[in-house]
Amino acid sequence: MTVTLGTAAVEIDSVAVHFRSKKIDVTAIREVSLDVAPGEFVSIVGPSGCGKSTLLKLVSGLLKPSSGTVRLLGDPVTGPRHDIGYVFQRAALLEWRSARKNILLQAEMRGMSSVDAGKRADELIEMTGLTGFEDALPHELSGGMQQRVALCRALLHEPRVLLMDEPFGALDALTREQMNVELHRIWRETGTTVLLVTHSIAESVYLANRVVVMTARPGAVQEVIEVSLPEVRRYSETMARPEFSSTAAHIRSLLGAGGSDD
Amino acid sequence: MDWLERTWRPALLLVAFLALWQVVTATGLIAPYLVPSPGDTLDVLVGKWPYIWQHTWVTTYETVLGFVIAAVVGVLAAVAMVYSGTVEKTLYPILLFAQVIPKIAIAPLFVVWLGFGLGPKVLVAVLIAFFPVVISMVTGLKSVDTEMLELASTMGGGPLKTFVKIRFPASLPHLFSGLKVAVTLAVTGAVVGEFVGANEGLGFVILQANGNLDTPMLFAGLIVMSVVGVVLFVLLELAERFVLPWHVSRRGSAVTTTI
Ligand SMILES: Nc1ncnc2c1ncn2[C@@H]1O[C@H](COP(=O)(O)OP(=O)(O)O)[C@@H](O)[C@H]1O
Ligand SMILES: [Mg+2]
Repeated sequence: MTVTLGTAAVEIDSVAVHFRSKKIDVTAIREVSLDVAPGEFVSIVGPSGCGKSTLLKLVSGLLKPSSGTVRLLGDPVTGPRHDIGYVFQRAALLEWRSARKNILLQAEMRGMSSVDAGKRADELIEMTGLTGFEDALPHELSGGMQQRVALCRALLHEPRVLLMDEPFGALDALTREQMNVELHRIWRETGTTVLLVTHSIAESVYLANRVVVMTARPGAVQEVIEVSLPEVRRYSETMARPEFSSTAAHIRSLLGAGGSDD
Repeated sequence: MDWLERTWRPALLLVAFLALWQVVTATGLIAPYLVPSPGDTLDVLVGKWPYIWQHTWVTTYETVLGFVIAAVVGVLAAVAMVYSGTVEKTLYPILLFAQVIPKIAIAPLFVVWLGFGLGPKVLVAVLIAFFPVVISMVTGLKSVDTEMLELASTMGGGPLKTFVKIRFPASLPHLFSGLKVAVTLAVTGAVVGEFVGANEGLGFVILQANGNLDTPMLFAGLIVMSVVGVVLFVLLELAERFVLPWHVSRRGSAVTTTI
């Protein structure tokens, strides 16, 4: 993956973020520049509080940078953007809506045609293995299932950029691996650009074309690592590759040097 | 079976209470002009039923009217307060002030202003029922997590859709808790209004009975008044069950008046 100038899906240009009020004065992000190519999968790792969530909020327009600029799909980000999908660590589902209706919230809020949205929802339900659970309420679903619903909701409108903030952080190790495999497949099938914040080094390497390692707060890019693994990645096969181990070890050493609390 | 399981304990307590009441009065432990026997009270309830029924209607009408006004105004005030910091800062102290004023103390003023009719009773009921509605609705509207609201803003539905599809439904469990408290308070409000100046309603019945040392009638009035409150409460529980099946099924327990 090489980034050609001007065609990047996401362009972050020397942004800084300060949170200032009467009581606090925090520099969350000191200086970050990063370009992400269309269809690229970029993982972001770094110590807690280094500004990873803040970075995704900048890209989505939920937050304005104190300085610097962010462009998404060519346009400057000035307010909340509607052409993205967002997945948080907590599934954030509406507990009175069934799984399918939670997915369709995306369509209702956007005023999409309900026929198209219904078809798309059914495709996603099948793709993520939620078939049979369409009518279940969130509290009847396992954590993994809830997160699948959140993922379907984020993909319903076929966003060209998907932002994921520790989406699998609350899942057990086995479910997490399954979700990684599914996400890899979905990414390949949809061609969506993905920005994934994670605390798992294995996850970051397995899924990404590039891994961005951030320094402790105030956040800055410490190093960007190209992942030289094949495009199609079978889980255990990939884990066994020497490139995988060496990349993971390199990231671990960077995080260790940066004072990671992992 | 489920119904029986939930009912037998309170029913047993009620029977025990009635038995105790019977024993205390039948043995002459307490003079009948202080506490009438269950039998005497029942006689009045049955014998004077048309009279009691007529006044029950009046009080029920005042209560329901006061409750509905309090609910509507309370919900609107809560929405305004949650969406506007200025409104919240302006309204909140006034609300608190209105809440801490003893209603019984301002009721006479309402009679001076509004006369002996429906007005003062409904107004006292509204004032007393309003506060729990506002507080519960504000809590409910603020209970939506920020991430959900952030998601909504990336979905581009605008504030109205966000309110209709996310914030309002999310606030309903809290609102219903508040409404259940409010409806029982509204009964008290209506009766307080009647105490201060009325020629009809259960408050009037009780006051009359008190003046005549007619304790069986006084007891009958008290019992009917409580039944009115309980019936209104149960109606709201049923409405809640209908509107929020997802919430009721999760909650499981019977006592739910936590705001
Ligand atoms: N709204 C806010 N107000 C004040 N400080 C904030 C706010 N959001 C985040 N921060 C601070 O900014 C820093 C970075 O936060 P965040 O991006 O959530 O970190 P990460 O996701 O990497 O753990 C933290 O120190 C956090 O306390
Ligand atoms: Mg975070």
